[in-house]
Amino acid sequence: MKPAALGASATVVLSLAVTAFAWFFLRVQSQGAIALLIALAVAAFVLVARAKPLRLDAAPERLTGGLAIAGVATLALLLREDDFSLLLVARVLIVIVACLGLNVQFGYAGVVNFAGASFFGIGGYTAAVLSRSTGMPHLLTLLCGGAAAALSGTVLLLPVLRTRGHYAALVTIAFALLFRTFLEVNDTLGGPQGLKIPELSIGPWHFNDPVAIGWFEGSFYLRYVLLALLLAVLFFALVQRLERSFIGIAFDAVRLDETAARSFGLDVARWKIAAFTLGNFITGVAGALSAFLIGFIAPNSYSFAESLILVSILLLGGIGNPWGLSLATAIVILLPEKLQVIQEYRFLLFAAMVIVILLFRPAGLIPRPLRRLAGSGARP
Amino acid sequence: MSISLLGQYVMNGAMLGMMYALVAVGFTLFFGVLDVIQFSHGDVVAAGAFAGLSSWVALTAAGVTSPAVLLLALVLSAALATALLGVLVARFIVLPMKGAPQLNVLLVTLMGGTVLREAIRLFYPGGSQPQRFPALLPASGWTFGAFHLRADNVILLVAGALLIAGTHLLITRTRLGLAIRAVAQDEETARTMGIDFRRVVLVTFALGSVLAAFAGVMDGLYYNEVFFGMGLLLGVIGFAAAILGGLGNLYGAIVGGFLFAALQTIGAVALPFASAYKDVFAFGVVILLMALRPTGLIGERTSERV
Repeated sequence: MKPAALGASATVVLSLAVTAFAWFFLRVQSQGAIALLIALAVAAFVLVARAKPLRLDAAPERLTGGLAIAGVATLALLLREDDFSLLLVARVLIVIVACLGLNVQFGYAGVVNFAGASFFGIGGYTAAVLSRSTGMPHLLTLLCGGAAAALSGTVLLLPVLRTRGHYAALVTIAFALLFRTFLEVNDTLGGPQGLKIPELSIGPWHFNDPVAIGWFEGSFYLRYVLLALLLAVLFFALVQRLERSFIGIAFDAVRLDETAARSFGLDVARWKIAAFTLGNFITGVAGALSAFLIGFIAPNSYSFAESLILVSILLLGGIGNPWGLSLATAIVILLPEKLQVIQEYRFLLFAAMVIVILLFRPAGLIPRPLRRLAGSGARP
Repeated sequence: MSISLLGQYVMNGAMLGMMYALVAVGFTLFFGVLDVIQFSHGDVVAAGAFAGLSSWVALTAAGVTSPAVLLLALVLSAALATALLGVLVARFIVLPMKGAPQLNVLLVTLMGGTVLREAIRLFYPGGSQPQRFPALLPASGWTFGAFHLRADNVILLVAGALLIAGTHLLITRTRLGLAIRAVAQDEETARTMGIDFRRVVLVTFALGSVLAAFAGVMDGLYYNEVFFGMGLLLGVIGFAAAILGGLGNLYGAIVGGFLFAALQTIGAVALPFASAYKDVFAFGVVILLMALRPTGLIGERTSERV
């Protein structure tokens, strides 16, 4: 069989397996069974990672993407009555979107941003304030959330552009702490108690009514999952196209060697601004949807620790690789929710896990593949 | 504003500044020898305070009542615990990451800090609640008109200043200090001159962490309370202070520490908004200063090598 065909069939089998696994994992309640499933997944991952001849990346990208969408949709339909599992699926999708934004900054242009949760929060608070006090259509509020995050980011542009390395890290860390403190002491935004958010409704759909189409009935979370999936697919495709375009090449050049990029005539500042602003926009949109999903926002969800978790997801997955960060998001969100034994110890175990991964597999679970400028035919 | 109130604010700012400076000096020392930000440093501060607290608990349970003995034991056990932690962090987290991207090192130490913080929360008895810290210093003081100067604050300030001065002497006047400076300036040349690089790094981490222990104990004695999460903010402020001053510069760290404390104090009293916004103000100014002086006030002198 040709490598492409082999890769395609392997991808089909893999996506079926992953969907089935996700379904089992979300449905199973017994802690022993969950531990068993995790052991199984680790073993399977090691096997797939070893089995280089499978050439999963030889499969056409459309197929991989289509299978992933079909997989999530099937999963949602299978889970139709299970509120909690659907909520988890929606959260995973939303955090994937947020991390896609950070990925443009960290992974492509090399702009550090340790305030990811803050921009996520700016999106959320914008959506909350707009939906509480204006009659703006909610779909537009999501976009406004992103725009507000991008706009707030411009405050940081000058210091971020002028500083490098640790100094740039400090600027965003200071912003993260500043933002959290600001939310806590600001009474018009609800202070530490936070704000409640009205029900999300887009056109004729009210998102908090149960789904009933003909004989089909399901949890109201199905709509959120659908919307989150839509956004995730949209931004995933955008980020992938971006990477492949001349913009992605410019980003890579700026990240890898600023001086060289400049001497080739690239406007380093312009590309950094573009990456920072676009990334914050994407993260902000995710934050706005997340606020609607939970129905309530409070400063606690936007602390510096949360920003760190977002960055950890990026590194865990393999920086610069959207597939990697999707896998990492699922692990980081689902694992502590399902494995109750570790609930209390989750931050401890999670931090230790990141340390181990950084020490022994610093490129992440799925490292970013090399850019293939010559097209697929040039591979040996 | 009355003179007594002003005195209180200045004193409070000086105490905070001393704590921040102690933490910042640690950051600057680590950056000097290894060019890394050791982000678990803040949580080492907290661990030091808790180590001191547990020795106090153990000794009072054993029937020791003399405050001097208790204080000595508390400071020594805090210093010992943090020195050990510093060496462990350097040996098992930072040194193996040598040559890795900056971001990874930053993250690995941040996560190391999370491990420490969570370990305190989970394994110290009642660690998720703030713990009372004993007041072991004399409670007397001097009164100048309306202003009351507390003896314990003066003792802490003087001790902190002596510690920083001692560190400065150690760095500038001893063979060990010479080795540290040599490694900071050029690792490879230092190695060829026969300096044991690993040992210098480990000793530097122990030294910086002992300063952190003192900052932690100082924090506990000043507020009479310690909390498992106290290291996060202290660490970030210490880092901000070290960076404001200019990384790798001992004076810069001290200036940065006091500058940050001054900003917080000014934000709390002198500006026309609620004092709860003091940290918003202080971090806002930090961001602004970074925009104006991208490598700190006492700037790192760098030229780009291509």
